[in-house]
Amino acid sequence: MSADTHLPKDAAPGGTELIRFDRVTKRFGAHTVLDALDFTVSAGKHVTLIGPSGSGKTTILRLLMTLLKPDEGTIKVGDAYLTHEEKGGRLIPAGEKHIREVRKNIGMVFQQFNLFPNMKVLRNITEAPVHVLGLGKDEAEERARGLLDLVGLTAHLDKYPTQLSGGQQQRVAIARALAMRPQVLLLDEVTSALDPELVAGVLDVLRDIARTTDITMLCVTHEMSFARDISDDVLMFDAGRVIESGPPEKIFTDPEHERTREFLGAVL
Amino acid sequence: MTGALWELFFKGVWITVQLMVYSAALAAAVAFGVGMARTSRLRVVRFLSGAYVEIFRGTSALVLMFWLFFALPLLGWQLAGLWAGTLALGLSYGAYGSEVVRGALAAVAPAQREAAVALSFTPWQRMRKVLLPQAFPEMMPPFTNLLVELLKGTALASLLSIGELTFEAKLARLSTGESAQVYGIILVLYFVIAFVVTRIMRLVERRAKASVGKAPEPSGGLFSRTPAAAGTAAPAAGGGKP
Amino acid sequence: MNTWSWGYVGDILPDLLKGLGVTVEATVLGSLVSFALGLVWALALRSPSRWVTWPVGAVVEFVRNTPLLVQLFFLFFVLPSWGLTFSPLVTGVIGLGLHYSTYTAEVYRAGIDGVPAGQWEAAVALNLPRRRTWTAVILPQALRRVVPALGNYVIAMFKDTPMLAAITVGDMLFQANTIGATTFDYMEPITVVGALFIVISYPTSLLLRALERRLVR
Repeated sequence: MSADTHLPKDAAPGGTELIRFDRVTKRFGAHTVLDALDFTVSAGKHVTLIGPSGSGKTTILRLLMTLLKPDEGTIKVGDAYLTHEEKGGRLIPAGEKHIREVRKNIGMVFQQFNLFPNMKVLRNITEAPVHVLGLGKDEAEERARGLLDLVGLTAHLDKYPTQLSGGQQQRVAIARALAMRPQVLLLDEVTSALDPELVAGVLDVLRDIARTTDITMLCVTHEMSFARDISDDVLMFDAGRVIESGPPEKIFTDPEHERTREFLGAVL
Repeated sequence: MTGALWELFFKGVWITVQLMVYSAALAAAVAFGVGMARTSRLRVVRFLSGAYVEIFRGTSALVLMFWLFFALPLLGWQLAGLWAGTLALGLSYGAYGSEVVRGALAAVAPAQREAAVALSFTPWQRMRKVLLPQAFPEMMPPFTNLLVELLKGTALASLLSIGELTFEAKLARLSTGESAQVYGIILVLYFVIAFVVTRIMRLVERRAKASVGKAPEPSGGLFSRTPAAAGTAAPAAGGGKP
Repeated sequence: MNTWSWGYVGDILPDLLKGLGVTVEATVLGSLVSFALGLVWALALRSPSRWVTWPVGAVVEFVRNTPLLVQLFFLFFVLPSWGLTFSPLVTGVIGLGLHYSTYTAEVYRAGIDGVPAGQWEAAVALNLPRRRTWTAVILPQALRRVVPALGNYVIAMFKDTPMLAAITVGDMLFQANTIGATTFDYMEPITVVGALFIVISYPTSLLLRALERRLVR
């Protein structure tokens, strides 16, 4: 375990390690999805995970969001373990309180949006800032309005999610995640559930965010051109392991690994 | 508790079981008759069977029981208490059961009916050879719930002074004054009967499913069959509780 | 052979309607108790601790699988000996509420299970506290789904209220019985009571079916 990860989380300069998976194994029954996986992501980077379905990409995002617990190994975000806490120099499984604290740094946008249908758009966005971060209602609404402006939905803040198109819902979901000001944004196939004509609007918003913020992005997608646009790094997964990684120009034009060539040949 | 009291309780259990079995037999006959009638091609048959269901589901089983026992004699038919109880329970739980039958019949894949039509079965043959055999296993879980409800309903007959379990409990309470003990014991006795009934019905369900080549659902828990939430959770069930 | 007398019906109707008032009162109060208590059971049964789920599950199964009438007798005769003396109506409301809470618990369970997993995940992703997740996200969605099913149990409870007559609550059946005992003519009172049940419960159930089509999609 490297000892040089003690950095103040709000001052993470580019190039510093923000996420570290250390020999993480995840099984579902007899099926091993992730097999002693190691990888790191530096602060501020935009990383895309690609690979055939079932290769464990989404599992990685769900582990980071604490929707799943690893069977073995450790996950570190910033200078704190997500899976464990240190007590008296020993690592013990993380308690709820510790997980909540570390999780504050992470936001996620889901394939199926998962907006709360019982809340209007504005409250979907302000609910967590008010009740988790303790923001005042006015401040949270101001933040929400700013984000709705960013995703181009200011006119819809008083609607229920079901009154919006899928693309609009997903843009609200992006605003909702950003309202928490996370260091890391997880994007789980965010365009897969959308009608083709709505995909571009969502991707444009994400490109915008990637360009104008220093947020770290971890992205699972089948939109290869989008991946090429925004990524600093692309990780190619197969059977629960990273088999190749590098800048998109390299991976997409001159992959080294046979499986990567096969996969790209099939999706491009 | 003395031996005499236990004797009283077991006599009560015996009458309760009899009342349950007779009522269940009547209810089953009503359920299948009315349930099938509701799928009839004839509008008048559908209407009459539908009216039956709404009337007997709409009123209270206890009021019906009182009506059969106290009011019907004034029209010239004197019913013994046991038969008034059987009739009231059978007619009202039959109405609930008919909803189960109707729902299960409606849930058989339309292609099955079409296939039977293509083989030029008569409507009755379609019902008997194709629809009922496939629908029957699906009826078992809601029927099990209904049977437990019916068992609970037999306690109402005590109000007609029929010597079933609840009535014997009343006698026991009057003679001993031990309310907590007496009612505690008979609640447990009812629970045991319900448990046995549930287990027996589970066996029947297993056989019924095996007969149409379906794997039985895994069993577990004490009763494990939670009552279908009336209406929403299981549309075919027609309500786990009257 | 006796014949139906509308004059007699007119004479007894005021008493029966008074009984109807008590019947409705018992139904409304019993429903409120069952809605609240059922939610308690449903939430307790989701506890991660077996020390909670096992006893609660046992109590719920026991109450659901034994007759309401006997439970009413138990409460009526036993509670006073524990120093808890209530009016017959309050005892009846407790009995109805307790009995039906074991059904509403099941309704809530189904409603909560019906909330898509993505809603829980979104709540985790936003780091919402547990209590907030329940009160702001899960329950509002679950309750919407359970309204029709709860309504059906209210109707069922309504039709079970005549049992309260057995513990001397002055409901419709009690009134009809009292009238019959003095006039020796049960035909009209009991028939009218039976008809009143249909007249109230049938339209209500039609209303609920319409509501169900609107709420549960």
